Amino acid sequence: MPDAIRTIIQEHGRMPVDVSTLPDDADLYAAGMTSHASVNVMLALEDAFDIEFPDHMLKRSVFESFAEIRAALEELGAGAPA
Amino acid sequence: MPLRVGIDLLDVEEVEEALSAHGERYLARVFTPREVEDCRADGAPAPARLAARFAAKEAAVKVLRPGAVALPWTSIEVERAPGGAPGLRLAGAAAALAGDAALGPLALSFTHTHTRGLAAAIVVAETPASR
Repeated sequence: MPDAIRTIIQEHGRMPVDVSTLPDDADLYAAGMTSHASVNVMLALEDAFDIEFPDHMLKRSVFESFAEIRAALEELGAGAPA
Repeated sequence: MPLRVGIDLLDVEEVEEALSAHGERYLARVFTPREVEDCRADGAPAPARLAARFAAKEAAVKVLRPGAVALPWTSIEVERAPGGAPGLRLAGAAAALAGDAALGPLALSFTHTHTRGLAAAIVVAETPASR
């Protein structure tokens, strides 16, 4: 799952840095991810893991770091990428 | 601080990519049906108009300051008065945040370029201390 999350953020996060260099708890917004890019990341995660982020998880902190995203996916019962 | 101000700038290209990658699902998660209709030109929603509305929503988020509160994008709606002036309609969590902070009505101005592919928006609201 961690590699899949990084791949999705690299492809959809429009990051100005190589995400492979960022630690697991790096603040992705501080690293350059915009709020609009976070929408694309959310939708790509939903596609990849066959889940849907409910309204109560639509907050900045959920997409703030690889670790937070992984925790959210685990909470949603996501397994391996679809 | 007497006023809360939020500003945002967005590349229209980002919206074009989102439409290409996620299509209707992107539209449904970010925009209300009325916003999508307002953005239609020649049948399809115009990316520049969508980008201006997204910038308006993000500028409003900066005014609302949700912190740890979940805030669906559709809880902030850009509306156009019959005369064409833009405004913001808040619902659900967005309306609750504005109410909790006792904000006055949110004033919006937004624009997009026709040649540089950029959309920008600014939102201003009075706080109780400024009224």
